[in-house]
Amino acid sequence: TREKLVLSDLLQSVKASSSLATIKKQLTRVKSKKTVQLPLNKEEVAQIHREVAFNKTSKALSKWDPIVLKNRTAKQLVFPLEKEQATFAPLEHVLGGWKARTPLEQEILNVLHKNKQPVTDPLLTPAEKASLKAMSLEEAKMRRAELQRARALQSYYEAKARREKKIKSKKYHKVIRKGKAKKALTNFENLRQANPSAALEELEKVERARMMERMSLKHQNSGKWAKSKAIMAKYDPEARQAMQEQLAKNKELTQKLQVSLESEEEEGRMEEEELLVPDAVNAIQMKANGPNPWMLQSVTLAASEADEQQDPEQLPSEPTAGEDSESDGEGSAGATEETELRELEERRSLRKRSELGHAAGARNHPEAQDTSSQEVLLEVRRLAQKLPKEARSSQPPKGSSTGAAPPAPEKEQAAEEEPLLLQRPERARTLEELDELSGEGCCPNLELPRPVSQGLHAGKSPKNQPAAPKKKGKAQMIDLHNLLTTRSPSGKSLAVPTTMEEEEDEGEREQKQTIKEAFAGDDVMADFLREKREAEEANKPKDVDLTLPGWGEWGGVGLQPSAKKRRRFFIKAPEGPPRRDQKLPNVILSEKRNIHVAAHQVHVLPYPFSHHHQFEQTIQTPIGSTWNTQRAFQKLTTPKVVTKPGHIIKPIKAEDVGYRSASRSDLSVVQRNPKQLSKRHRKQLKKNSPEALEQ
Amino acid sequence: MKVKMLSRNPDNYVRETKLDIQRVPRNYDPALHPFEVPREYVRALNATKLERVFAKPFLASLDGHRDGVNCLAKHPKSLATVLSGACDGEVRLWNLTTRKCIRTIQAHEGFVRGICTRFCGSSFFTIGDDKTVKQWKMDGPGSGEEEEPLQTILGKTVYTGIDHHWKEAVFATCGQQVDIWDEQRTSPICSMTWGFDSISSVKFNPIETFLLGSCASDRNIVLYDMRQATPLKKVILDMRTNTICWNPMEAFVFTAANEDYNLYTFDMRALDTPVMVHMDHVSAVLDVDYSPTGKEFVSASFDKSIRIFPVDKSRSREVYHTKRMQHVICVKWTSDNKYIMCGSDEMNIRLWKADASEKLGVLSSREKAAKDYNQKLKEKFQHHPQIKRIARHRHLPKSIYSQILEQRVMKEARRRKEVNRRKHSKPGSVPIVPEKKKHIVAVVK
Repeated sequence: TREKLVLSDLLQSVKASSSLATIKKQLTRVKSKKTVQLPLNKEEVAQIHREVAFNKTSKALSKWDPIVLKNRTAKQLVFPLEKEQATFAPLEHVLGGWKARTPLEQEILNVLHKNKQPVTDPLLTPAEKASLKAMSLEEAKMRRAELQRARALQSYYEAKARREKKIKSKKYHKVIRKGKAKKALTNFENLRQANPSAALEELEKVERARMMERMSLKHQNSGKWAKSKAIMAKYDPEARQAMQEQLAKNKELTQKLQVSLESEEEEGRMEEEELLVPDAVNAIQMKANGPNPWMLQSVTLAASEADEQQDPEQLPSEPTAGEDSESDGEGSAGATEETELRELEERRSLRKRSELGHAAGARNHPEAQDTSSQEVLLEVRRLAQKLPKEARSSQPPKGSSTGAAPPAPEKEQAAEEEPLLLQRPERARTLEELDELSGEGCCPNLELPRPVSQGLHAGKSPKNQPAAPKKKGKAQMIDLHNLLTTRSPSGKSLAVPTTMEEEEDEGEREQKQTIKEAFAGDDVMADFLREKREAEEANKPKDVDLTLPGWGEWGGVGLQPSAKKRRRFFIKAPEGPPRRDQKLPNVILSEKRNIHVAAHQVHVLPYPFSHHHQFEQTIQTPIGSTWNTQRAFQKLTTPKVVTKPGHIIKPIKAEDVGYRSASRSDLSVVQRNPKQLSKRHRKQLKKNSPEALEQ
Repeated sequence: MKVKMLSRNPDNYVRETKLDIQRVPRNYDPALHPFEVPREYVRALNATKLERVFAKPFLASLDGHRDGVNCLAKHPKSLATVLSGACDGEVRLWNLTTRKCIRTIQAHEGFVRGICTRFCGSSFFTIGDDKTVKQWKMDGPGSGEEEEPLQTILGKTVYTGIDHHWKEAVFATCGQQVDIWDEQRTSPICSMTWGFDSISSVKFNPIETFLLGSCASDRNIVLYDMRQATPLKKVILDMRTNTICWNPMEAFVFTAANEDYNLYTFDMRALDTPVMVHMDHVSAVLDVDYSPTGKEFVSASFDKSIRIFPVDKSRSREVYHTKRMQHVICVKWTSDNKYIMCGSDEMNIRLWKADASEKLGVLSSREKAAKDYNQKLKEKFQHHPQIKRIARHRHLPKSIYSQILEQRVMKEARRRKEVNRRKHSKPGSVPIVPEKKKHIVAVVK
């Protein structure tokens, strides 16, 4: 073994002289470095290159996976895939080739020409063009200054408004508000004199606001706050005050304005009518030119009721009194509260009258609107609202009263007509209960008895106040549907149809006779039964008799095998499964496999299906238009691939599916890294190129 | 005499406004329309029969070549224009609407090996046995001018295939190596090799346009990346692959037409197992082309027939042949997905319908609805034996028919032998190789 020369040995010999220090340093640095590994051979390098490139490309291609999957499973593919780009052409260009053909078009064109309107290019009038050009520098400056001023003014105004809004003084606001109201009134007055139609419009606006108020629950003392106040109202005068104010506001807002621009006498008359008729009639009058025509129907219904009510209500003060006494007589717990409230209301309305009287005067109300009559009207209105509630909550008026009598015959009639109607554990005792019944839908027809009962009502209790809401309830029971579907029982009583029917009957009888004659010999039923019995017999498993006569004993004519042997070799057939048509008397079900049918049946479950149920399901769902609606048919028969005839289908592009296409072209990439040209190829290319250039 | 007439009240069937819903004059209650399945079955049967009755796919034959048609090319912008190159060096341009030859060029000495059009349709390239690549204008020369190529490149070796890039002025040729050419230059900008062999065909990927596929006579298919200027992977099959075609809708899928009568559809990311082996031909498959929808492809074979395969089925759905059609060398599916062209040995280009029983021309909406319905019915009942039998039935020339029988026997014998061998050897020593794996020899990285 030879000793190796090591660098350190050499270094040791070097003296620590300054001249050699640098060399020493260099040598130590060399020592610390590792030797370079041998380069891989060419094939291996190429393979690594290829592998890296392949992985890169595979990754790049994987972005297509979702799209490929989507397209493969798509219900429908429409080719070509790329969307046709919408091109934007100016209108003038599109209309360039257009010519007026019909007389109408020509006429329009003529008019346009006459008025110097542009017909084709560009769509601007000369005036517009001029205005476009017109604005000079001065004008522009002026306009800018104007705008600036306007903006400044606006900001001042906004600041002022904000400041005023912040003022907390109620008095200040009240004053302001009152001032505004006064101003509005005077304005209206002026307007009325100057321009009556505009004033009318104004009025209509007020009316509309009133309607909105009536529709909403605002100021009705039904909110949380109002309820809390209502509790406090008894003890706290302030709360009472607040509630009253609230109610007054509601009244004020819902108060109908009695302004008409007609002559005074007419107004007076109208006022009187107003006094007499209840709210519903008002409503009709309003609705006649009101904004919602759909309400008309219900209103007319109400109107009819109102007509019916006319006679009992001819004296408006009397019923109120009666009602008052009645409610007092009932003496329910709520009654006291109600009376209290009513008193409140009366007082409030009185006060408001005095206020409103002033306002009404301003609005040119005649003095006919005196406070007492208004009060009465109010009462009527309120009562009308309250009554149905009362009628429901309280028991029906006493059994001995006249009001209880009429429902009985009515019910009898109903029972005669529709025995099913009253199949209910307890009898409906009153109209209200009947009403409920009808609500449940089991009382379809009660129109016929109605006039009778009404007559009774009208005759026996002209002053019975609860009748009105009851009638209302009954009116709801009238159902158009029921009216249409009820068959009139007297339809057959007409003479002519009966004879016709008889003729028909005779014809039928004759036909039956002939059929009977033709099939006189056939007893189809018996035949069928016999057939069925035969089929059953044929399908029953047979017994097997394996006895061999003469085996082990004498045999011959007249000799029987012994009973023992017969018993021993007789195999009884096992009981088969019950027939499937056992319980179907009119059917013969053959359980034999039909080979003729089998040839047409699918034997193996086809590929995509995993269970035969799925396959059967697909087969059983029909797709034809015979069984499906047009839309469903179209959906079921959409073709998988749709192509446009005469269109070239290009390969899918990254842009088509929303991917970004490669930014750099393949060519530029290739030109930037020409490293792959091996020396051999370069040589070859050099050789080739002069020849190629010669061509 | 009183004439009884049908009189209907229009109120019963006319809508008042367009916005009203349509009246349905029919009660669709299923109880009222029994026997849906039998009725639809009969309809499906009739539809299938009618399809076979109307299956007349052959449309026209374009004749004019004086030697076998060796290559075909589609015009990228015009559906009516087709280019074809023959074995005598002649290139013809055809108008399909008039079915006439519109231009004839004597392009090369010897075979025209390949032809391809530029992506914009302004010019086309041909290569021939005379080692030249020639670029030609699509429009013919003016009167008095001579037919001259725009550009001629003389190569060192014979080029056997050419394809043009789908977006840029680049084309690729193949021969001893795959060359990428810039149209402006006379020398290739990049050459790629992997071993030494003659490469028979090269194809650009239509979606990821920097990818190329080629097949060589040493039974392999090689993929290249033009940007990185390197081959990617190589798969070696049992027998030589004649050509490949990329799926125009699925970037990573291509189909190879093989000498062993089969076609192989590959996912290029997993070359060790083809996605599908398509077998029905009884002789070498010479050419393959995808339908532009990417759902089907057509293959031309040495057995004098062309077949249409769904991409996801191993059996063909259609076979076209005529008495006079000889070995089919090239085939193309037109870009509107309607027609198929094939060029064959006996100098003709034939035009076929892609859907054999399709009615040509404009269809009325009712016809369209009926067609769609029939199609759906056929699909729905396709598994029923009688319908399947009728739909599958094709008349074949005796040669093909007998060969099919023969090959069936051979295949069965091979299968039996393998089963027997497995039976008589140690368990596990004769593994069961699935059909897809059988034909792949190796994948080289």
